[in-house]
Amino acid sequence: MSPDKIYNVLIVGVGGQGIILASDVLGRVAARHGYDVKKNEIHGMAQRGGSVSSHVRFGKKVNSPIIKAGEADVLLSFEQMETLRYFPFLAKNGQVILNDQKILPPAVFTGQQEYPAGIIEKIKEKAPKSVVVNGSEVAREIGNPKVINVIFLGILSQYLDIPANVYEDVLKESLKPKLVDINLKAFHKGRSLAS
Amino acid sequence: MKGELAVKELLSGNEAIARGAYEYGVRLASAYPGTPSTEILEYIGERYPEIKAGWAPNEKVAVEVAAGAAYGGARALAAMKHVGLNVAADPFMTLSYTGVNGGLVLVVCDDPEMHSSQNEQDTRNYAKFGKVPCLEPSDSQEAKDLIGEALNISEKFDTPVIFRSTTRVSHSMSLVETGSRTEGTVELGLKKDPVKFVMLPAMARRKHPWVEQRMKDLAEYAETFSYNIVMEGSKSIGIIASGIAYQYAKEAIPEASFLKLGMVWPLPEKLIKKFAASVDRLVVIEELDPFFEEAIRLMGVKVEGKALTGMCGELSVEKIEVALKGKSSAESIGSIDAELPMRPPNMCPGCPHRASFTALKKHKLYVAGDIGCYTLGALPPLGMLDNCLCMGAGIGIASGLARSLGDLAKGKAVAVIGDSTFFHSGMTPLLELSYNGGATTVVILDNRTTAMTGAQHHPGTGFTLREDPTICVDLEKLCESFGFNSVRLVNPYNVKELDKVLAEELNTDGPSVIIARAPCALLKTGRILPDKPLYINTDNCTGCKSCINTGCPALEYVKEDRVVKGKKFKGYSKINQSLCVGCRTCFEVCKFNAIEEAS
Ligand SMILES: Cc1ncc(C[n+]2csc(CCOP(=O)(O)OP(=O)(O)O)c2C)c(N)n1
Ligand code: SF4
Ligand code: SF4
Repeated sequence: MSPDKIYNVLIVGVGGQGIILASDVLGRVAARHGYDVKKNEIHGMAQRGGSVSSHVRFGKKVNSPIIKAGEADVLLSFEQMETLRYFPFLAKNGQVILNDQKILPPAVFTGQQEYPAGIIEKIKEKAPKSVVVNGSEVAREIGNPKVINVIFLGILSQYLDIPANVYEDVLKESLKPKLVDINLKAFHKGRSLAS
Repeated sequence: MKGELAVKELLSGNEAIARGAYEYGVRLASAYPGTPSTEILEYIGERYPEIKAGWAPNEKVAVEVAAGAAYGGARALAAMKHVGLNVAADPFMTLSYTGVNGGLVLVVCDDPEMHSSQNEQDTRNYAKFGKVPCLEPSDSQEAKDLIGEALNISEKFDTPVIFRSTTRVSHSMSLVETGSRTEGTVELGLKKDPVKFVMLPAMARRKHPWVEQRMKDLAEYAETFSYNIVMEGSKSIGIIASGIAYQYAKEAIPEASFLKLGMVWPLPEKLIKKFAASVDRLVVIEELDPFFEEAIRLMGVKVEGKALTGMCGELSVEKIEVALKGKSSAESIGSIDAELPMRPPNMCPGCPHRASFTALKKHKLYVAGDIGCYTLGALPPLGMLDNCLCMGAGIGIASGLARSLGDLAKGKAVAVIGDSTFFHSGMTPLLELSYNGGATTVVILDNRTTAMTGAQHHPGTGFTLREDPTICVDLEKLCESFGFNSVRLVNPYNVKELDKVLAEELNTDGPSVIIARAPCALLKTGRILPDKPLYINTDNCTGCKSCINTGCPALEYVKEDRVVKGKKFKGYSKINQSLCVGCRTCFEVCKFNAIEEAS
């Protein structure tokens, strides 16, 4: 990699899925590793079940806090359909990491429109190395439904060049002591799920 | 962390502004919430007890409170979203004449692209209009530093200073070197100085030329201001930019020469002319209005700008690349063909506003709306608001409709307004309605918080910014004192009751007030929701969609041909047990006894 390389991670999903929490940790990890970091997301109305995206960029020097279309090295999506919405942000050889979950938008749960079918197949057609994981199932195995985001942080960490111990340090600092162990377990479980 | 050591922290622009207020000796901060500015006062409240801080009922009051502190020699800050300065425009315009004493910064956050706003006005125009300086940061470090510069400029030139941020600066995080607090140096006290502070015509007439001279002095100061920086690059193109637009431009055209402005009003004419002369082509990259471009053209300098980048919405690296290089430098994987339903924000499961709208809907009304979570009631399937102009406008609009249309509107037009919005700017129009009469009903949607912006306290919640107990305005008594004799208080989850009360009030000849009171479903305090999910008895469900049409995200319509008690139906409703909080709104509208409590 060129030393001036800027890493672009786009995290998307639906308001209330803890996306901003995940990107906060990633931002702090990158800063701890010595990178210049910029991170952005839209707050406000997006909290009420709207589509949410969080942009994390790091490298030697970062200007814009926003990832442009075609620039994301990783698209980490917590919801199937949102992956499609943000798909054009992915770089030509970018990596998709997808939480296999559907959250129905109003037009679908009120029976006006259909939720698109065959999303995962379509994604794999365009991006064959995509990693698809059912986060709530894995979290249930680990024993706490709230660790979904950290599982995905673990998967994500395999596609970036920052060593695992930096993530561990930041997680230890930002979590309540009694939650540290289960989250580290979730993080390493995630790492083992990357292809 | 209030470390003495210089450490780098990852802070949002708003966190950095709060940090700047702390480090540069602000003694008092006041604000009314509004995206993207809200967190500034929240962080000050949470982290910096040295600063006296509290929510004001609206931005006009926030600016006046901050002005009072500054008149007394204290360093002060008021924060608001862009449209907040419209509300505060009256004190702002004459504050320019009185000047200050202690430093006074008005942090105003613009929202290009209207991520959470009703318009995209460009605050730089207010600096020119009000004849005050304006600073603009391009990242969190500058956000912190420029708060210090703004306070210094305010004291040095005896002027309020606008600190303009935008959504992308306020809500982006970047690294900031933090330091310790230094107090302001202006002597504190009650100083009498009527010639300076009493804006009678005779005094104001003397002040106006002083203001004009101050702007000339500031323009001179801008020539060497250390945040107006020239970065030499290619001679073929020179770019003038500020704020986030600078960051986009620098990434899009890194080889260009740059003049980056940290002070966006007044402009350094000599510096600009010198920079213009050093490059073959001069381009201004700015979001929203052609503010620099027009001023620079007036200097007689040849410049390009809006013809390349456009007037509307926010800029981006791509837009600038396309404008100046013909195409984006990134190669996308492409898109996937699929019809994607939109995912607009929606009111939460159990939202009391949904219950209120469900009752209102039965009366086929014209609803003058206002701003808050309840504005989301304008979207399908509720589709309840017929207008939404600005905070506090709904009651006045309903009054105007009722009085001008008479019988055409009688019993058919109502206004809805949230509690925080009512205290912000709903009291004076309610007074107008009471004073002049008009057959309309005002429904105050009292959810005991400012929910839209993330649940801030206000004078009707009983708590301050820092969660200290304080007065709690009695809305019923307040409305009674305005001349409304029978203010009706209803629990909106009791949809049938609200429906009945509405029918009665819509039938009266004069104006009336209904208070629909139930705490926001996300509030932990004062919670009346049972938090026990309901479920659908599919044996009774006919698939009529009455419950679905409340728009609750915990409900789902499942298409399936089925037979219930010998009759054919096309589908049925389902309740998502992990989302339902048991508010009973759907229960209240179900005519088939299909919604039940879990046994
Ligand atoms: C002048 C102005 N200031 C602030 C805002 C941001 N804002 C919009 S609505 C609102 C308050 C909403 O509170 P409330 O009326 O109680 O309704 P709720 O969201 O609780 O339903 C705020 C702060 C604005 N749009 N305009
Ligand atoms: S935050 Fe509160 S007021 Fe806003 S939509 Fe949710 S429940 Fe309703
Ligand atoms: S009771 Fe009905 S309307 Fe209320 S949260 Fe549950 S499903 Fe939604």
